[in-house]
Amino acid sequence: MNSEIVIPAVLFMGGLGAFLAGVIAFANRKLAVVEDPRIDQVEQMLPGSNCGACGNPGCRAFAEALVGGTENPAKCTISSAGVKLQIASHLGVELGDTEKRVARLACAGGAHVARQRTRYTGMESCRAAALVAGGGKGCYWGCLGLKDCGVVCNFGAISFSENGLPSVDLDKCTACGDCVEICPKQLFSIQPVSRQLWVNCKNIEAGDAAEAECAVACIACGKCAMDASGGLVSMKNNLPVIDYALNDFATPSIIARCPTGAIIWINEKNQFETGQAAKRVIRTKALPIG
Amino acid sequence: MRTFPHGIHPDDAKILTAGKPVRRFPFAPYYVVHLAQNAGTPARSIVQAGQQVRRGQVIALPDGFVSVPVHAPVTGLVKLVGNSLDSNGNPTPSIVIIPDPASCQDVEVSSSVNVDELTPEQIVQAIRDMGMVGLGGAAFPTHVKLSPPKGKSIQAIILNGAECEPYLTSDHRVMLEQSANIVLGAKLLLRAAKATDLVIAIEDNKPDAIAVMRKACENEANIRVEVFKTKYPQGAEKMLTKAMFGKEVPSGGIPADIGIMISNIATAAEIGRLLPVGMGLIERVVTITGDGIKKPGNYLIPIGTPLDFILSTLGTHGTPYKVIFGGPMMGKSVSFLESPVTKGTSGIVVLASRDEQERVIYPCIRCGACVNACPVHLIPARLGLMARKGEYDRMVSECNLMDCFECGCCSYVCPSNIPLVQQFRISKQIARERKASGKSNG
Repeated sequence: MNSEIVIPAVLFMGGLGAFLAGVIAFANRKLAVVEDPRIDQVEQMLPGSNCGACGNPGCRAFAEALVGGTENPAKCTISSAGVKLQIASHLGVELGDTEKRVARLACAGGAHVARQRTRYTGMESCRAAALVAGGGKGCYWGCLGLKDCGVVCNFGAISFSENGLPSVDLDKCTACGDCVEICPKQLFSIQPVSRQLWVNCKNIEAGDAAEAECAVACIACGKCAMDASGGLVSMKNNLPVIDYALNDFATPSIIARCPTGAIIWINEKNQFETGQAAKRVIRTKALPIG
Repeated sequence: MRTFPHGIHPDDAKILTAGKPVRRFPFAPYYVVHLAQNAGTPARSIVQAGQQVRRGQVIALPDGFVSVPVHAPVTGLVKLVGNSLDSNGNPTPSIVIIPDPASCQDVEVSSSVNVDELTPEQIVQAIRDMGMVGLGGAAFPTHVKLSPPKGKSIQAIILNGAECEPYLTSDHRVMLEQSANIVLGAKLLLRAAKATDLVIAIEDNKPDAIAVMRKACENEANIRVEVFKTKYPQGAEKMLTKAMFGKEVPSGGIPADIGIMISNIATAAEIGRLLPVGMGLIERVVTITGDGIKKPGNYLIPIGTPLDFILSTLGTHGTPYKVIFGGPMMGKSVSFLESPVTKGTSGIVVLASRDEQERVIYPCIRCGACVNACPVHLIPARLGLMARKGEYDRMVSECNLMDCFECGCCSYVCPSNIPLVQQFRISKQIARERKASGKSNG
């Protein structure tokens, strides 16, 4: 082997390697970004689903906020109580208390009570149906039952009754708000579970006009507003509006005289109770189209 | 021959009505006049229930700049000023008028205008006062188009007589029967826009209309007729601009950005017909067609005529399977038959039976047919995959979703029956909602 070629080459490459290693070693010292190791540790404990329900853009950002002390562990809607306690004790901070919030639907008009005026045969999507012809449901504001919310839910929290109405599983719902965004009729909203008095209708028609399209529509009779104490319920746009700042005054008696069951009481078991005066819905099959 | 790259050639079915002269439609028992007939701000009603109105009288005034007045389509009694259902079933503010059976339904022409003496500003004002909107379907107020933003001017006008939508023939008939009105309207538009060049664009499947229009503007120096290849969507404003002047409307822009104004040919015809006599827009030519209707044809229909009256007057073969306002490609299915004809209704297509087989959606096979069809050079296949994943922000920022004008070519050619344009309409809607609420991170 020709040592005149090999030795200078080895020396040159070795020297270059040593020089670059020196640069890297220098950069590692001087340009290092000191990151709190607890951020990584906390991120490991978080669920990693990046749902955004805490208000941060993903779990990493939430972990940074936790370590920085601007958020408290209770804000995470997915982690179990045990994990949240673990994070709190790991960081030595208060657990904080954030009430559980869930997605609530404001429509009870399944196919067995609400009239479908026209048959929709296009792409299976509420958004598509709403864009084509409003969806063809008699009630313009009602749930179209084409399951966009169920498709978009990453946690499998939304299931559908046989009449196409979504129902939310409280244990699985993380209040991320994806269903709120996708619903073309804006029927979903994120609500604390303590809000048990709930208006289950968005139809702004009144009286017979509302009831003709849906048996459980609010007919704007105003009885709930009369029965509620001190401004808790007021009538706006033919619908009761609940002032949740006065939620402490809410009682099941407010819904007692509602003739259609449009205003409901959600009990501790997440069952929807209608008042005694509400008409009973006996029909279970879908109404004929037309 | 002038055309644009890409596009499709659907069966146009124009033979049903192309040979049928425009006929006046009988008066309906009631009229529903929507206040929101134009793109932009709805008009504001100035009549009350119980009031007598005269055919042609102004019953609603514009509310803002992008708004036009509404005129009474019939002489009669105002029964209701309030909400009635539009074709989606959405309550919309409207005026319901019961026609007076004893009235001869003549329009009292109060003043005749000497059109040669009008200044450009007066012409724009007169066009606004007649409640004129684009009669092609979008119903954008014409006076707004004639008032380009500061720093921009209109050099050329294209009168759109391409009528590339299948089934529709109303513009075709208007060109055959009202060529003098069109030329007068064209001259008025030229003067109003202070432009010097006006092109009447006609597709080559209407040779009779080309001949009539060529003859009508023989002696006009600034007006010429240009023939375009028959292809969908030739009549879209961006396609016409590209085919005529070889210039593209910038992404997210309007034709006025490159000094061009595009107006439907029927708009020019109505301006030429109504402006000299000072009348308002109270009726329009509508093509009523499809295999579900017994007497298809082109009809001069008062605005506000309810759809169910039209269907019962012309007769249907059984219960229609589908009724569409506009053409089958870009029109809108109607779910409420009580809804009325509006200023933007260019056609009513009534289909008797399902004209397509039950469509099974297969996966994308990357054939590229949609890429070859898209007239604005998007990649529908890629957009479709992103839409399924819900990546709406990326669709807008990386793939120019907002340039899609929903012509439907991609869905038409897709061998896997993927509902592409449907997904894009949803994606555009969600992207717009996110932008409005400031939640967009794209």
